[in-house]
Amino acid sequence: MGDLVLDGLGKRFGASVAVERVDLDVPQGQMVALLGPSGCGKTTTLRMVAGFVPPSAGRVLIAGKDVTRAPPHARDTGMVFQSYALFPHMTVAENVAFGLEMRRVGRAERDARTREALRLVRLEGLQDRLPRQLSGGQQQRVALARALVVNPAVFLLDEPLSNLDAKLRGEVRMEIRALQQRLGLTTLIVTHDQEEALTMADRLVVMERGRVRQVGTAEDLYERPADPFVAGFVGRCNLVDGALEGPGTFRAASGALLPCTASAPPPGRPVLALRPEHIRIAPAPDGSGRLRAITYLGAQTEYHADLGGTPLVAVLPTPGAKDPLRRISPGDAVAISWDPSSARLLPAAQHDEREA
Amino acid sequence: MAFRALVAAAFALMLAPVATVMVISLFRQEIVSFPPSGLTFGWYVNAWERQEFARGFATSLQVALLAMVIGVPLGTAAAFALVRGRPPGASALSTLLLGPLAVPGVVAGTALYMFYLRAEFWLDRDITSTLEGLVAAHVLLTIPWTVRLVTASLQGMDRAAEEAAANLGARPFTVFRRITLPAMRPGIIAACLFSFIQSFENLELSLLLVGPGRTTLPVAMLNYLEFRVDPTLAAVATVQILLVAVLMLITDRFVSIARTV
Repeated sequence: MGDLVLDGLGKRFGASVAVERVDLDVPQGQMVALLGPSGCGKTTTLRMVAGFVPPSAGRVLIAGKDVTRAPPHARDTGMVFQSYALFPHMTVAENVAFGLEMRRVGRAERDARTREALRLVRLEGLQDRLPRQLSGGQQQRVALARALVVNPAVFLLDEPLSNLDAKLRGEVRMEIRALQQRLGLTTLIVTHDQEEALTMADRLVVMERGRVRQVGTAEDLYERPADPFVAGFVGRCNLVDGALEGPGTFRAASGALLPCTASAPPPGRPVLALRPEHIRIAPAPDGSGRLRAITYLGAQTEYHADLGGTPLVAVLPTPGAKDPLRRISPGDAVAISWDPSSARLLPAAQHDEREA
Repeated sequence: MAFRALVAAAFALMLAPVATVMVISLFRQEIVSFPPSGLTFGWYVNAWERQEFARGFATSLQVALLAMVIGVPLGTAAAFALVRGRPPGASALSTLLLGPLAVPGVVAGTALYMFYLRAEFWLDRDITSTLEGLVAAHVLLTIPWTVRLVTASLQGMDRAAEEAAANLGARPFTVFRRITLPAMRPGIIAACLFSFIQSFENLELSLLLVGPGRTTLPVAMLNYLEFRVDPTLAAVATVQILLVAVLMLITDRFVSIARTV
């Protein structure tokens, strides 16, 4: 049990920078997700915490102790690997007991704690199986039990759900979160799946190309993204290039005028960020927008529209049978509007990925 | 159906010579002809009573075991260094280590013989026709197999398992002993088996290197063949075949040979 502090942690491989500089404080019992596309440095950061990658700069502190130079076996971390990394020649019980054996825990206590850990992940009765005799989901739970049984100060999860099918993933996600909260584990999880990060973690660290783009709660990141990358990566977002002409008037690069409440432009070229669910669409023969496509998604419907040359996506609850919105079809003129306060002006990064 | 017939035919083709040898070893008449005039174990008795086969068997067994005990650790170390250390020119090195497989045995044997003669001159001591010289030559036979088999088992292992062990508190040597070595085990056991068989059955490489009173079994059989053709050889070959078969079966109990090789 303990907290985890990353202090200016960085890693370069030759001339290329894998991790620029990560400052992070994970208090005791909190779960933090490192979120980003592949190659963003999140796994390298996790591996620096576990001790598999020596950092080029900065420090790692576990429970107040500087472990930057400590080898992996001397750090009190419990890691769940993406491939589970079970020992193929050992039974389930031997796998789980391995960490206790390394800590020279006596036989009786070892057996008791192994049984308890297997009960915790609901694998009682399978202790004598070999890993290859288990399903993917069961192997995953063995990996969890093996990491948890030693009561690590810091619990590390590297894409723990990526090898499970979609249905199981949802279940295991809840299970891991429940375990983590019940045991009060200080946890760092790496994932590229924003839904996973949003539902499991207390706080998220969004990374891109070795840089931390924003740290905050799910709500912080969704409601108040720091830049267009975060806005586009966490949830969906319309990102429009342009310039602020005056207070409340943003002119898109295409020439369309888009209302917002911003009065002062951010440094650099501004980007207007607008969540699809904040846009309203109404049938209007004299409307300034034009509908391009409609995608029916069940409870929601996605409208791809065009406002004076700027493409916008709106996601609305699927209209009822009597709703006039039900009768519009691609090619129709529509009125597009939004509450100006929901449109956020963000500073454009040098390389912003966008998603509409 | 046609495929099954083809498989059956292939197996028949492979096993026919072996079966023939085993059947002939029981024929009573000296000049092999069909049908046999009767069946006998007499040739086995003859083989046992002739000193050269018993001694050849003992020499072959001794050489094969020594070559295996020396060659397999060397080959294993080489495979480990090649896979894990990735020295510069690793692929060229591993091709070189497989070299003895590519060179015809007679050529390698002749080359070794000439080299040994030169070395004898420098060192002023016998090397050809000594046990040491023969064992050293047979170690060359064991290395390509060991390197190949152990490399395969190392490449097949999940390295994350080693990291997981370290993460759970195992020191590097413990990780090697508890995780890496067990992963290499099937490769090493298979390497022992193949090394032994390669050495035990080798004729060409040994031909020039054996000395008087220190003849390996295959060379003893060839010598016998020069003067007589009778089922004694078939009897000796049958014993040899059965020994190898038994070794294979024992090994297969520890590791599935079909899966490792």
